[in-house]
Amino acid sequence: MSALYSELSWLPRPAEDFNSQCRAASQDSDTVGARVRTLASYGLDENQLIRLAKVIASARAEGKPLEPLAPYRLAVITNSTVDFIVPCLTATAARYGFALECVAAGYDQGVQESLNPDSPINRCKPDAVLIALDWRGVPLKLSPGKTDAAQASVNAVLGHIQLIRQGIQQNSGATCIVQNLAAPPELLLGSLDRALPGAQRNLIDMVNLGLAEATVNTGDVLLDIAGLAETVGLANWFSPSEWNMAKLPFSQAYLPLYAEHVCRSIAALRGKSRRCLVLDLDNTLWGGVIGDDGLKGIQIAQGDAAGEAYLTLQRYCLALRERGVVLAVSSKNEDETARLPFREHPEMLLREEHFAVFQANWSDKATNIKSIADELALGLESLVFVDDNPFERELVRQALPQVAVPEMPPDPALYARTLAAAGYFELAAFSNEDLSRAAYYDGNARRAALQKQVGDLNEYLASLNMEIIFQPFNETGRARIAQLINKSNQFNLTTHRYSEAEVAEMESDAKCFTLQVRLTDSFGDNGMISVIICRPTPERNWEIDTWLMSCRVLGRGVEKMALREILEHASERGIRKLIGSYRPTDRNKLVEQHYSKLGFTEVERRADGTTMWELDVAEAKVEPCPMKVRSEGFTNRTSVALHGQ
Amino acid sequence: MTEQIQTKLTQVFHAVFDDDTIVLRSDLTASEVDGWDSLAHVRLLLTVERKFGIKFNAIEAGKLKNVGELAELIESKLSAPARK
Repeated sequence: MSALYSELSWLPRPAEDFNSQCRAASQDSDTVGARVRTLASYGLDENQLIRLAKVIASARAEGKPLEPLAPYRLAVITNSTVDFIVPCLTATAARYGFALECVAAGYDQGVQESLNPDSPINRCKPDAVLIALDWRGVPLKLSPGKTDAAQASVNAVLGHIQLIRQGIQQNSGATCIVQNLAAPPELLLGSLDRALPGAQRNLIDMVNLGLAEATVNTGDVLLDIAGLAETVGLANWFSPSEWNMAKLPFSQAYLPLYAEHVCRSIAALRGKSRRCLVLDLDNTLWGGVIGDDGLKGIQIAQGDAAGEAYLTLQRYCLALRERGVVLAVSSKNEDETARLPFREHPEMLLREEHFAVFQANWSDKATNIKSIADELALGLESLVFVDDNPFERELVRQALPQVAVPEMPPDPALYARTLAAAGYFELAAFSNEDLSRAAYYDGNARRAALQKQVGDLNEYLASLNMEIIFQPFNETGRARIAQLINKSNQFNLTTHRYSEAEVAEMESDAKCFTLQVRLTDSFGDNGMISVIICRPTPERNWEIDTWLMSCRVLGRGVEKMALREILEHASERGIRKLIGSYRPTDRNKLVEQHYSKLGFTEVERRADGTTMWELDVAEAKVEPCPMKVRSEGFTNRTSVALHGQ
Repeated sequence: MTEQIQTKLTQVFHAVFDDDTIVLRSDLTASEVDGWDSLAHVRLLLTVERKFGIKFNAIEAGKLKNVGELAELIESKLSAPARK
């Protein structure tokens, strides 16, 4: 059973105290609707959905306003137990911004109730009617090998559903959402079941084809339960014991998935499909970091498993674009560097002209995504943002909750599948406008002007429970230190390269001050993210020989905290000044102003562009950033120091 | 009822009946728990199945009289050799 589908893995997981959050929402009187919507945005199991539906039901009973949720009334016609389906639909609809009210027809009463103008499902004036019959609820008669009887049975099933639709059309005028039939795995004839008229698979195929034809371009829509059940596996979907126990039409483990698909159809009918896909680049569209690994170092090629995984996502994005989804880029990179693979890498499928907007800079992604929406004149609720980095995903979710941000699996081979499973771009009908939209936005990959910063970055950073760990170079870190020294190009002030043996020498060199820095946060351990080497000069100064950092942790205050750590050690050892230098390369423009931002004074500018900087140790003052500090393994220290906030 | 089963089973009861105050005893029956009707019973069993990675059949499910019997059934399933 694939968790991607049964657990809606593209949605973030709910908090441990989900039930208490529901209770708190219930006690709220003014913003219960907004709270419910937030709670519905998580990947909830069926018990949690039922719990959340109770919050909605009690708010409604107490007459509390449910805004911003928009009212939507859905009638449900089924031949099975709806007691769990209804609350799951109600809670899931809140994910799409609806305050759903469900009215269920009597068990197996679909035809009668749809034809009767006074039945509950007609009287309630529904916005839509879900015709959720499965193979057990339609007159499907097996007649293997008997062509005429087979055709009669197919016609009977189609006629049955048509009758229900006509009744609804006449009596309430509501839109019908018509489910097709999943085929049970218990076959009589094996492979022949597909080919032989009157055999079950053949009959169901014919019915499904007929239903597709009968609904297309009618205003009513087809809900492809056959496709959904096949996707998760028919033997998983159909649970004979659950049917026997309580007439549950499919395994209840798929209730959240089923409800999600029904609500997607409702949202699509209301024109809520998303229209624009914003993509991260490094480790999302290719493997590796273009700024550090270079054009030859990134993984994006046929014949290499990792490279092909990223190509799969590129291919999927390209197909989405042809289907009318606008593509944009949001990447932390130099603009020129980020465009390089699109221009020069022969294996790339995506090219610059496929993107309407191309945002590569070092500002936070929420601000960039807001700028993309403004540039395209699209609402934030039209956007989907795909990024492999959980830090960026959570930042965007918090600052711009209207943007859909799927959780991505660790394996890039599953990126495209995950994005597809999330169903952000589902449509109720396909129009010419959809075909021409991509061309309308056609890709000059322009840069949008940045708007003012959105969201409270500091508050977000403080919520991450970051801990920064400083250690001198040691044997454990040696290999990774050497790797970073030889690989880092972007956040690298001097780009001095040292071999592993040279790194080992520094470990035992008492005069040399070295730092290896690790960072953990609520997403996990980021590993070693920064390396610093200081060498003493005869004037009792420290010359900062090397200062490099992984761009993955940019914008979190790591540089400031590292400087505080250096200053502390420097002052303990009676060091007067820190001397920094910036040696420009074609990759490290990012850190041109590094020392300036940290309060150093420029003292020299050389012909080759190198700049020299100084900071007086006694006078330096650096504000701490919201993270815990652990400093360990320094021989001149007696205990572990804890400072910061 | 082993401690491990009791802990996991308590979590299931709290989630299914949305009541964190339920304390499991072996002789606890459906009539004592608010909302434990026949449909909730099905939901309870399905949630137990997933939580413990086991499967019940309809005969077993129909025979259960109280929490103690449910715990015994779980225990016997867990100790039986794994079978898909």
